[in-house]
This record gives sequence, C-alpha cells and structure tokens, in this order.
Amino acid sequence: MIEVNRKGEVWVFAEQHDGRLEDTPVELMSKARHLADTLGVKLAAVVLGDGVKDLATKLIQYGADKVYLAEHPLLRAYQTNSYAKVIFDLIHKHTPQIVLYGATIAGRDLAPRIASATRAGLTADCTDLQIGDHTTARDKKVHKNLLFQIRPAFGGNIIATIINPDRWPQMATVREGVMPMPEPDGKRKGRIVEEEVTLAQHDLPLEILEEHKREKKVDLKAARIIVAGGAGLGSKDNFKLVWDLANCLGGAPAATRAAVDLSFIDHDHQVGQTGTTVRPSLYIAVGISGAIQHQAGMSQSQKIVAINNDPDAPIFGVAHYKIIGDLNEVVPMMIKSVREKS
Amino acid sequence: MGYNCVVLIKQVPDTKRITGDVMNDDGTVKRSALPAIFNPEDLNALEMALQIKDKFGGHITVITMGLPAASDILRDSLFRGVDEAILLTDRRCAASDTLATSYILSCAVKKLDYDIVLCGRQAIDGDTAQVGPQLAEKLGITQITYVEELTELNGKTITARRNIGNGFQQVKAPLPVLLTVTGDANEPRVAAAKKMMKYKNALTPIEIQQKITAENPDAVQSEIKELAEHKYGKLVEKGLLIKQWDLDAIEADLSWCGMSGSPTKVHRIQSVVLAAKESKEIEPDEKAVSDMIHELIADKIIA
Ligand SMILES: Cc1cc2nc3c(=O)[nH]c(=O)nc-3n(C[C@H](O)[C@H](O)[C@H](O)COP(=O)(O)OP(=O)(O)OC[C@H]3O[C@@H](n4cnc5c(N)ncnc54)[C@H](O)[C@@H]3O)c2cc1C
Ligand SMILES: Cc1cc2nc3c(=O)[nH]c(=O)nc-3n(C[C@H](O)[C@H](O)[C@H](O)COP(=O)(O)OP(=O)(O)OC[C@H]3O[C@@H](n4cnc5c(N)ncnc54)[C@H](O)[C@@H]3O)c2cc1C
Repeated sequence: MIEVNRKGEVWVFAEQHDGRLEDTPVELMSKARHLADTLGVKLAAVVLGDGVKDLATKLIQYGADKVYLAEHPLLRAYQTNSYAKVIFDLIHKHTPQIVLYGATIAGRDLAPRIASATRAGLTADCTDLQIGDHTTARDKKVHKNLLFQIRPAFGGNIIATIINPDRWPQMATVREGVMPMPEPDGKRKGRIVEEEVTLAQHDLPLEILEEHKREKKVDLKAARIIVAGGAGLGSKDNFKLVWDLANCLGGAPAATRAAVDLSFIDHDHQVGQTGTTVRPSLYIAVGISGAIQHQAGMSQSQKIVAINNDPDAPIFGVAHYKIIGDLNEVVPMMIKSVREKS
Repeated sequence: MGYNCVVLIKQVPDTKRITGDVMNDDGTVKRSALPAIFNPEDLNALEMALQIKDKFGGHITVITMGLPAASDILRDSLFRGVDEAILLTDRRCAASDTLATSYILSCAVKKLDYDIVLCGRQAIDGDTAQVGPQLAEKLGITQITYVEELTELNGKTITARRNIGNGFQQVKAPLPVLLTVTGDANEPRVAAAKKMMKYKNALTPIEIQQKITAENPDAVQSEIKELAEHKYGKLVEKGLLIKQWDLDAIEADLSWCGMSGSPTKVHRIQSVVLAAKESKEIEPDEKAVSDMIHELIADKIIA
C-alpha cells in the first residue's frame, strides 16, 4: 500500500504478447489520457517484455507522456509471478495514484496478485472510469478527485461505483471493448524510461509446456455495422437471412449465445458477456430477446434496430428503431430496400 | 500417495433469477428474495478435488466464509464426498472486499495441511475472480488460473491446461499450488444417497444454537447453552458436528478484516434500469422499413 499521493501519475499496464499490444490496454489509453488531464498529472504506460522497445514509441503515439520499459529475457513470455514482481517494484519506486489493467485473461490473473502484495484495492472488470468527490457518511470527510470505478456486478443486474479513498494506488481492471480505440498521433512526443530488472529463474515457477492460439474468424470489434441473429431465426438455414443482410450492408454477422448453442453460427461471432463487446455505428438485432448478458455486449452501439414479434421483448428497451413484426418478412424488406438505395 | 486438497466454496444468491421485484428502490438487491445456491464454478472446483481423491487418495476439506445459512453448501459438500467441512463465520467479516476476504481465507487455510488449494474461477454475485489469485499471493504459492483440465499429477508436480481466451496453455508447476477452476472443467457429480442419509442431520454449532433458541422461546441464556452443549456432544459422537471457526480461532489480525481491512468502498449502486432512449416505432411494412433505411443513410450510419 502506498500513501495518497496527489502528484502521482496515471498508469496503464500495456499488456503485450509476442511483441503485439493487446487491444484492451490500447483502448484504455484515451480514457486514461482524459483522467490524467483532469488530474493535471502525467500518463505513463508500463511495458514488460524482451525486445519490445518499438512498442514504447507506439504507446506515446496513443497518448502516453512516459513509458516505463522493463526488458529482460525472463520477461519474454507472460508469467504471473515474474510480471507481478516487476510491477510491484515499479509501483513502490514511482508511487502512481492510479494503475489500470485490461480485464483480459492475463490482466485478471496478474492485477489481483499485485493488489494483494501491495495491499491496495482492486476493482474488477470496469466499464467506465471517472474522477469525482466522495463524502464519507460517518465523519463527513470529503475526499476530492477520487477514481470512480464503475462496474457491473450481480450478473450484470446492478452497476456499482467503487472507490478507494485512502489506500492507494487506485487500481482497476477494465473490460475489453467498452472504450473507443484512440487514433495514433505520430507527432506526439514522450519519454522512454528504461527500468533495470533483476529476476532469477525461481521467479518463474511455471513451466509453459505448450500453447495454442488461434486467430478469431471475425473481428467484430472492427465492424462498423453488425447484424446479429438470435434463437428467433429458428434454424441454421434461416440464419442465412442474417448473413444476407450483413453482406448487403457491408457489415459483420453476429449472434446471441442461444444461436451459438443451437449451432447456427460459430462462437467467434457471439456478442455479450461471454462473447465480444462491440460498439458499432449500427447494430441490427434480429430475433433476439435482449437478455442482460447480451445487452452487456452491445448496448453501447451508436444506433440499434430491433426486430422482434414480441412487443415486450427487453431488446426494445435499448433500441432506437423498434420493429414489432415477423423477422421473416421484415429482413427481406430491409435487404430489398438497401439494394435499391445503393 | 494421496493429496490434501482444500476447496474454497461460497454461497451466492442465484443472480440468474433476478427480476424487477428483487431490487430495492435504492438499487440494492434484496438478497433474501433470491434463492441461495452453491456458487456454480465452486462445484467444478470441488469435483476436481473429488477426482483427485478418487484416483490418488488423500483428504478433502471445504471452507466457506459466510453467514450461518452457508452451512447448507457444507452439507451439500459432505453429500458429495468431502472429508471435512468448516464454516468460517464472524460478524467482524462483514463488508470485506476481496483483499480482506482473501486475507481471512488465507488465515484459515494456513491452519490446514495442503498440497492443492482449489477455488472457483469466479463467484456469480461479486463477479470479480480476484479472491483466488489474492489467496495464492497471501499463501505465497503458485497460482494456475482458468484451469479447464488437470492433465497430470506426478509426485510433487502438477500439469494443467488453462484457458487463455483465444486458445489454451499447458503448464507445469511444483506443489503446493492454487487452481481456479472454470465451468468447462467437468460435470459435477450429484450427491450420493448413502452420504445424504448419513449427513443430512449434520449441523454447525451456530445452527444448533439457533434451533434450540427457536424450540425453547422462554429459556434463558444459560439453559440454552447447556442444551446446546449436550447436543454438540451427541453430534460429535456420530461425527455430525460441522466445524465452526471465528476470526479468533484462525488468529486473524483484525485490522486486515472486514471494513477496516477493505480498501475498496462502494460509492453508490444503481440497478440496471435501461436508460429509456429516444426511440421510434417502425411499422413492419415496405414503406416504413424503406424510410428507416433512408434515414440511416441520410444520418451517415449506413454508408
Ligand atoms: C456490487 C458489488 C461490487 C463489488 N466489487 C468489488 C470490487 O470491484 N473489488 C473488490 O475487491 N471487492 C468487490 N466487492 C466485494 C466482493 O464481492 C466480496 O469481497 C466477496 O466476498 C468476494 O468477491 P467475489 O464474490 O467477487 O469472489 P470471486 O473472487 O469472484 O470468487 C472466486 C472464488 O473465490 C472463492 N471465494 C470467494 N469468496 C469466498 C468466501 N466468502 N468463502 C469461501 N470461498 C470464497 C470461491 O472459490 C470463488 O469461486 C463487491 C461487492 C459488491 C456487492
Ligand atoms: C453467465 C451467462 C453468460 C451469458 N453470456 C451471454 C452472451 O455473451 N451473449 C448472449 O447473447 N447471451 C448470453 N447468455 C444467455 C442469455 O441469458 C440469453 O439466454 C440469450 O442471450 C438469449 O438468446 P436469444 O435472444 O437469441 O434467444 P431467446 O431469448 O430465445 O429469444 C428469441 C427471441 O426471438 C423472438 N422471435 C421468435 N420468432 C420470431 C420471429 N419469427 N420474428 C421476430 N422475432 C421472433 C422471440 O420473441 C424472442 O424474443 C448468458 C447467460 C448466462 C447465464
């Protein structure tokens, strides 16, 4: 645990694998930039790895004022203990006021280990971050400029705002896909701080015997238009309506978990809590009831069109355009109309 | 040789069944209105421990930190085949965040002999998945998170397959180790009828006290105490008294427990009342649908 330190920097752990930055910490950079500006402090990214200096330059383009670069042959592959040890030491050396991690598999493995060692608080899986004041109920003490860590809990049924008033750093993991990717700015200037790392083999208790990664078949996050289908399509054959509408709009096909479980389409296309979180310009929900776990992945879309024959379907609660009707009639009408217009 | 396993289990409200009437006006959840269940992924952790015992022998202890009502999931674990169950209950645990929770659990686990500590990946109420890794750090042992298969146990090493989101990893680690287990790892077995017969009357001391107080509304404190002592003795003889610990029993430093041990505080809670958006109803006919597409093109939503 470190003391409350108003001059402390805002940090983002810039997770990389095989020399490639993960999307989630990059998405975090624009929000973190905003937090640092509000607080009037510097934004720093922290990169660990071996031969990853070129990533430091990229992170400056994404908004960092400073990049702490920790390179060591034993940091080549991610491991909990070695990464936790290096970041723990950096936190104690530089006393940042905020440390943010992507809520990726590695982020959610690493951040709690560091929080426990630092005896600091950690908020899980945030969907938004803000700066605000908090008054303690008991003694009416006002804590200025705290990090408001906003997160769903209770299976997505409530939204909690969590704070760490007096034990810092304020740490949080942030869910993928909830913040927009920043545009890199080649003209930005920043400083790269090379940190000395001491690690021994015993800091790496795990032996990674093998690893299999596969590329996702679709990149839903990059799609400007998404057409998503649910169980209401009825069959894999009929799910072709979703593909057709997506194709004529130049969009990507997506689905609910129910549709994936029915094998209408591959899991890579699933949107929601246990799938991908998306925020396209247009999201068309076809035959989707709108369960909370599905909404968790799409409610941030700029415009939402919902087609459902049940007027009480929860999806209509988040839709901008509600079409109460049979998808088998409405979707062909939409395809026809789009073809005519373009 | 056998392995000593400690499984951490949590009783949770069944958040899948949340409906509008379960929410209070201030956005908090009426916990009492929801059925309390065994956290689903803790059942997968327990199943993994049972399979280790089936294959290699050894001893399984389950621990839950919670209210007296959490005794239900301890009995459920006894029905499924664990050797020992411990209720960790103390008012001073209230308001613990994940840091305080993992500290308290670590004090309890340190009282036991263990080779493998198992947690669920995540609890369905707090939804943080933080307690496992924090507990591993407090115990000073290696963690393997997101375990979907135990590949091999050989002497003092374990090999496991972990889900890494876009694929998997096989990792090997020395014991002792802490695993967090995902819902894909296995199909949890059901309770065994014989064990159910045996343990259905197993009780924790606090349940015995509550029962005796309810049955003897006029009894004074000393009488209740005497009746309870008598009942404890009878259950101990039959091996049916479930162990109960408080923070003193595990020698926890109180400054790291409950509210004072929790750096995170809740600033506010809102229920997800989906923000009513400006919305239009479109008739399901050619003209209305075509007008909508036209509007989307005019707004540059469709290129
Ligand atoms: C709305 C809300 C939001 C919250 N947000 C945060 C937050 O962001 N950060 C934070 O630090 N705390 C938070 N808390 C507090 C947190 O929920 C509690 O500390 C809780 O006791 C443990 O966290 P969890 O339910 O997320 O468990 P997880 O970390 O998801 O549980 C993982 C595993 O740990 C084991 N385990 C967990 N709890 C117990 C237990 N009591 N007994 C035995 N085994 C257990 C189980 O094996 C379980 O499967 C929040 C609480 C609420 C109500
Ligand atoms: C822990 C957990 C995680 C989950 N994660 C996800 C997730 O990531 N993503 C996800 O999507 N779900 C997830 N779910 C599942 C979620 O709760 C729902 O079960 C699921 O989203 C429902 O999918 P659906 O809307 O396709 O099906 P249904 O709920 O069956 O809805 C089908 C809809 O189609 C409509 N319909 C039927 N016929 C027609 C027709 N001819 N014309 C028009 N409309 C029609 C019906 O009125 C109905 O509203 C998760 C659940 C849990 C418990």
